[in-house]
Amino acid sequence: MNTPLLSVENLRIEFPTRRGTLVAIDDVSFTIDSGEILGIVGESGAGKSLTGQSIIGLLEPPGRIASGHIKLNGRRLDNLAHNKMRKIRGKEIGMIFQDPLTSLNPLYTIGRQLIETIQTHTNMTASQAREHAVSLLEEVGIPAARKRIDHYPYQFSGGMRQRVVIALAVCVNPSLIIADEPTTALDVSIQAQIIALLKKLCNDHGTAVILVTHDMGVIAETADRVAVMYAGCLVEIGKVRQVVKNAAHPYTKGLMNAIPSLSRRSQKLIQIDGSMPRLSDIPKGCSFHPRCLECKDICKESRPDLIGTGTAKVACWSYHDAKL
Amino acid sequence: MMPNSRNSPLLHVTGLKQEFDVSDPWLSRMIHRQPRCFLTAVNGVDFSVQPGETFALVGESGCGKSTIANMVVGLYTPTAGKIYFDGIDMGSITDRKKEMKIRQRMAMIFQDPYASLNPRWRVNKIVSEPICAFGLLKGKDAVLKRTGNLLRQVGLSARDGNKFPHEFSGGQRQRISIARALASEPDFIVCDEPTSALDVSVQAQILNLMKDIQNQYHLSYLVISHDLAVVRHVADQVGVMYLGRLCETALTDDLFDDPQHPYTRLLIDTIPDIDMTGIERTPVKGEIPNPMNPPTGCPFHPRCPLVKDRCRKIQPSLTPIGNGRSVACHEVI
Repeated sequence: MNTPLLSVENLRIEFPTRRGTLVAIDDVSFTIDSGEILGIVGESGAGKSLTGQSIIGLLEPPGRIASGHIKLNGRRLDNLAHNKMRKIRGKEIGMIFQDPLTSLNPLYTIGRQLIETIQTHTNMTASQAREHAVSLLEEVGIPAARKRIDHYPYQFSGGMRQRVVIALAVCVNPSLIIADEPTTALDVSIQAQIIALLKKLCNDHGTAVILVTHDMGVIAETADRVAVMYAGCLVEIGKVRQVVKNAAHPYTKGLMNAIPSLSRRSQKLIQIDGSMPRLSDIPKGCSFHPRCLECKDICKESRPDLIGTGTAKVACWSYHDAKL
Repeated sequence: MMPNSRNSPLLHVTGLKQEFDVSDPWLSRMIHRQPRCFLTAVNGVDFSVQPGETFALVGESGCGKSTIANMVVGLYTPTAGKIYFDGIDMGSITDRKKEMKIRQRMAMIFQDPYASLNPRWRVNKIVSEPICAFGLLKGKDAVLKRTGNLLRQVGLSARDGNKFPHEFSGGQRQRISIARALASEPDFIVCDEPTSALDVSVQAQILNLMKDIQNQYHLSYLVISHDLAVVRHVADQVGVMYLGRLCETALTDDLFDDPQHPYTRLLIDTIPDIDMTGIERTPVKGEIPNPMNPPTGCPFHPRCPLVKDRCRKIQPSLTPIGNGRSVACHEVI
């Protein structure tokens, strides 16, 4: 069996606070192969962005990785020193943030930001780097790239800025890109453009992508596999078609029913009652049990493991029984 | 034009226009010899909302949909055009008492439940503000009883009235906003992106609640949204906006099953498809033009796949094509 590009094993992220330790990510494991697009979906506060941040080493203190491993090509990332991590960040793992306005420096031209990143990670001369930057901007679809390279971020529209951020993420050909809500700040017509671009780039360069989003539609359209998170836990992971069409976990089922559909119109949406628990009072047992329609006694007592064969895995006691 | 009496609409707007003065300060205009400049956010919009129905305005950011919502409830004064509420021209009312009577029948739910509730007020005070402002009930106990009922109606408990907004989650706060909107017993509620700040599972709860309340009180809604799936779910009629103009209005099912205007078609086409039909889609090319300097002719022509010469010169007007639908496009009519 070949080693996956990235593997996350039993990751646990804690936030020490005055009122005790909050566990934001609890025992999350997944892998991603090169060239694959893995979607991470969940509601706000489920821990999907934290997962992305911990992989690239941008976890903000006081948050810390309490246990678990993150391995890129078999090499551990979670215990690397800051200066070593800096060399990997940008070169081997690229990042696309949600808000393109705040992720670009407003005081530098986009050319300067691109050239700086290219020169940090390669041995190119300034003029070579500039040529490379122009070709990147052309590749992400910015018209008149040779002229636009000397413009400041405020001179670009939201969609164009996100294209620049994508160019920054791919500029030294990383093997993995973490895209944290890349289209949430954009309009639907622009969102479609950016997703098409991201898909095409990853196809051309063979880059793997972790796509963090709350929009199941974006995942359905883009990802190969999808991981569903709830209250810091991974509740289901599998091929996107399987999860969307044939969800196994009660939370995923509820989520899929709650999304209003364009093709069918119903009088009432099927809702999941209640809301996600706060991190400070995650219930004992399965964290979804107070909202779950299929809740059993065992669900209130102990937490189910992620089980399953092959690509599809689910953390729910209903499926444990079926196996036993 | 007065609203026709055949099926007299609750709200009827004609030729609605809103300009914002975005000029530089006087001194710098004098120094640089610049003229004043205006941004036309809404440019000649007509639509009507029938009693007990939901009319939705959809469009991308900056198309003027929220500006319309604010004009309808009176937060902005229209530059031109008329707003009729139950047959009364809102611009012609000068008597404050009369105005209060009409305002009482309208309410608004805002987009951001974190910003639209006063953080220093207890929920009781927030919800009872319309009751006190319009003098609907006399006596503390009566007001308190009514707020308790309102809170229970939106799925909270009467005891929640003593809490502050920060003690609630986003979905619960939006429930408080709905309770406040219902407090003055309105028959028309403007909902400006009521669920766009919420997660999907909570969004479903709020949409269901809005529908229940509508059926119970025979309310009319004007819903502003950029989410076409939400609109399909809640609306009876839809108006699609682009750069301050309506480009298509139709009954919801007609619009989604058979969109006419090329912008509507592209908008419906670009939504990520949860059903995974696997159809290859072509995203709309280009971006929304700057409203300061809108294109000549049809505002959509730089992005339109059907563009012809006359689209660049002549502005198409919203023309009825039967079955209660209207389209503003030279190529479709």
